[in-house]
Amino acid sequence: MPVGSAATGFGVRGWGGRAGGHATDMAAEQPLWLTFIVAFIFMNVLLIGMAYMTLFERKVLAAMQDRMGPTRTGPKGFLQPIADGIKLLGKEDLIPAAADKWVFRFAPLVIFVTAIVRVAVIPFGGTIEVFGTQVNLFAADLNVGALFLLAFGSLGVYGIILGAYASANRYSLLGGLRAAAQVVSYEIVLGLSLVGVFLLAGTLSVREIMERQSVDLQFGPLVLPNWYILSQPLAFVIFLIAAIAETNRAPFDLPEAETELVSGFHTEYSAFRFSFYFLGEYINMIIVSLFAAVLFLGGTDGPGTEQFWLLGIVWLFAKVMFFLFFYVWLRATLPRFRYDQLMGIAWKVLLPLTLLNILVTAFIRLVGNGQVF
Amino acid sequence: MLRYDVVERLHRRQRRCETGPDGGTRVQTFGGEWLVIGLMTIAAFGMGMTLLNLNLIIGPSKPSAAKAAPYESGLPDITPVKPRYSPRFYVVAMLFVIFDIEAIFIFPWAVIFDDLGLYGFVTMLSFLALLFIGLVYAWKKGALEWV
Repeated sequence: MPVGSAATGFGVRGWGGRAGGHATDMAAEQPLWLTFIVAFIFMNVLLIGMAYMTLFERKVLAAMQDRMGPTRTGPKGFLQPIADGIKLLGKEDLIPAAADKWVFRFAPLVIFVTAIVRVAVIPFGGTIEVFGTQVNLFAADLNVGALFLLAFGSLGVYGIILGAYASANRYSLLGGLRAAAQVVSYEIVLGLSLVGVFLLAGTLSVREIMERQSVDLQFGPLVLPNWYILSQPLAFVIFLIAAIAETNRAPFDLPEAETELVSGFHTEYSAFRFSFYFLGEYINMIIVSLFAAVLFLGGTDGPGTEQFWLLGIVWLFAKVMFFLFFYVWLRATLPRFRYDQLMGIAWKVLLPLTLLNILVTAFIRLVGNGQVF
Repeated sequence: MLRYDVVERLHRRQRRCETGPDGGTRVQTFGGEWLVIGLMTIAAFGMGMTLLNLNLIIGPSKPSAAKAAPYESGLPDITPVKPRYSPRFYVVAMLFVIFDIEAIFIFPWAVIFDDLGLYGFVTMLSFLALLFIGLVYAWKKGALEWV
């Protein structure tokens, strides 16, 4: 990894500074069909990853509760996700008589499509060479990539609230409203917690943010990677909390609190329409983990990635697995919050903290740039 | 005086963005990126529809009155469900709109912060201070209390 020239010696200037400038220059141009093939592979990898995320969750939960988890389907239950998928395909698709039929039919697709399209801006590495052709390991390098991820995350709320409204069921409606209020509240916190990272990176492109972190900073004898978790620890913690709330996972899974709301917004759904909500939730978990790994943990950055691009994907996978394990760990450990506590945390604790983080980061950046004093 | 300085710096930044790293014209791939995302949306929708249609083909279809009734913990539902809900959700939605617009202003500010310098910092400080006063006001008025 290149050591940033401007980042020598301990000083505010090295603190998350744009030490190396562009780590690599612009991505190689490639024909559209190649980009689309890469994107299609990512989408399928995401779907398979989602299927095995369910098995991973069940296995880890089982281990934490001193059980075995699924063991019967295939060796050590390895075929369980496929069996689940086939079973769901063979179920009857019920639509309640009182439901708003068309909205009920299409609401689950909204959450599925918005979740899966988000993978487009996630970089799985830079540009590699396959059989003499330059291939970019990302589908789209939007200059507003991070905003795109946040925006599509909140578009998913439409899937929840429309499905809940169209079900014509009290529990669904309450669950959907809760979900919507929770997601929009944490949406603000999620977006604002990232402002510190954008300040340091000076870009909204996810790929460029990742590249800015592949520069090493030297503090005397200590060489540290320029991962934004080191310069933005508070933002990282807030992002993690908000991301868990945003994906409706424990301990923030109020929208589907089974003790109060049966199953929340998808009470009336069955067969594969039900599983779209399930798919959407798990894909969002994976996407948010990828997002956190790329923004705060350097993405594909790690030892040896200069020589082998595949190692970068291994590093990214390890970081994502850490976040996914953290999700399951929280679910096994923490009880659910009360709804007023949940909303209180977002508006009264996290929002002022993010605003403070923005101002402090901006001030240190200002001092570090020598634009004041 | 300070302001003209900032404008000049922003112009310089814009010129820098229009040229690539080697000084030549930067390739504009903006349209192509969104085309890929559009195609991915269509592909994802197609995947979803395929799975749903497969479900309709494989899955049984034996409708009955009991299956079409809304779920209500084992008891027959005697009153129709009307979409009525607590006004607190409206308050949250309004607060969301205010703060989301705030976020929209902050993102571009964060990206060009280095070019804005002290001027940008002071401007954003006053903007955030005003919004924070608004948040404290809403807090004191009880808009953030759920119970």
